[in-house]
Amino acid sequence: MDVNKNSYTFIFATVMVVVVAAILSFASTSLKPLQDKNIALESKQNILKSIGITVERDGADGVFSNYIKEELVIKGGEVVESPDVAALDIDLAKEIKKEGNVRTLPLFIADKDGATCYIIPVRGGGLWGPIWGYVSLMEDANTIIGATFDHKGETPGLGAEISKGIFMDQFPGKKILENGEFVSIEVRKGDASGDYQVDGISGGTITSVGVDDMLRDCIKNYIPFLEKRAMAAKPVLEKVEEVSIEPMDSNTVKVDSLTAAAIIIE
Amino acid sequence: MSTEVKEVKKKEPLFSKKNRGLITDPLNDSNPISVQVLGICSALAITVQLKPAVVMSISVLAVLSIGNVVISLLRNLIPSRIRIIVQLVVVASLVILVNEVLQAYAYDVSKELSVFVGLIITNCIIMGRFEAFALANSPWKSFLDGLGNAFGYAWILIAVAFVRELFGSGTLFGFQIIPHAWYIDEGGFYSNNGFFLFPPMALIVVGIIIWIQRSRNTKLIED
Repeated sequence: MDVNKNSYTFIFATVMVVVVAAILSFASTSLKPLQDKNIALESKQNILKSIGITVERDGADGVFSNYIKEELVIKGGEVVESPDVAALDIDLAKEIKKEGNVRTLPLFIADKDGATCYIIPVRGGGLWGPIWGYVSLMEDANTIIGATFDHKGETPGLGAEISKGIFMDQFPGKKILENGEFVSIEVRKGDASGDYQVDGISGGTITSVGVDDMLRDCIKNYIPFLEKRAMAAKPVLEKVEEVSIEPMDSNTVKVDSLTAAAIIIE
Repeated sequence: MSTEVKEVKKKEPLFSKKNRGLITDPLNDSNPISVQVLGICSALAITVQLKPAVVMSISVLAVLSIGNVVISLLRNLIPSRIRIIVQLVVVASLVILVNEVLQAYAYDVSKELSVFVGLIITNCIIMGRFEAFALANSPWKSFLDGLGNAFGYAWILIAVAFVRELFGSGTLFGFQIIPHAWYIDEGGFYSNNGFFLFPPMALIVVGIIIWIQRSRNTKLIED
């Protein structure tokens, strides 16, 4: 057989491609459940890390349910009652392509030593691929407790540094509201001593800008909800009137249904 | 073509002297890193700690030995005009398989290796062995050659990682080796050398290995 004939070359290439494609797609589909489980556990790990709790991946499930008291789905500033999709399963990659007010967004509320923490998942684009992370806020829905970031394929040593302590450790204590207005956190070059700034990464400018955009774009959509929620939790604050106008808050709803239940029992 | 040659040698024992040489030669006389100077980029990139270096070695071992066998089995079928592309397809699909398996069973390691797993594809050792050996030799010999070259790659990688992790972080496989009490912070005299964590140090360590190797193995010295 002449292996150097044109027709043979074409047939060989075609058969090879088909065989290889079959093998790879088989491997990919059969390993997918295990890979997805690893990814799911890792997100729980990262959610916990953003409020300062470090766990092994294998133990993440149990610890997660100990700390995370509520997993809410938010749309247009309101909690979606009985959502179609669990907060953990929301595909943020799809949601961030939509307009801010029609996004279906997950929010996790943790109880850490009696203090409420709001954990906001964020997602955006870096230089080579997607970047994502979790930002957790204190009860006042303003001060950052911690932030974790991760990326698909940023340059090691440059953009990839966003997932390292040296970058993430800047976030605790920073604030996202200035006089009640949302200002986000600016990832900037040079002096970043202000309450609303962190220092970007030299050599990782595009990734740093990506983090900046991601924080602004993602956290913004939670502000209306968080304001209501935080005000409801702390009615002593000055904005108390606004809350009483809009009592559509999951806490109040729960109390109401509880009272209703109590009345029925009586 | 090489078919006739193979027929003549068919009765050769599995571990004849020549076949054993296929494994032992790459450890020293024809080491892919220190003699042929191939695969240097990964040797620089992932030798900061022992663990990724070991995993990278195992991954290269799997890809190189299996790939060599596959190429060798196909060697009489591969049209010579597209042989480089065929080699590339074989190595790329093996690398994707390794990556999928790592993501499923060793997720942390796969995160740590991240882009470097993909870079196995461009590891010159692999394409080099496919082109230079597997295309002209029987599957068993190609398998041994793959193992030998992967071991030759692995011991250099692990030696470099050993030195870099020990002096750069004071640990081996993440366990503290240098006693805490020695450190300056604790009132001792010792401090980790941060330079060992940077890629240039890998180059220097590889250089030192080459130096030692050539001083002991004089037939490697040119001129």
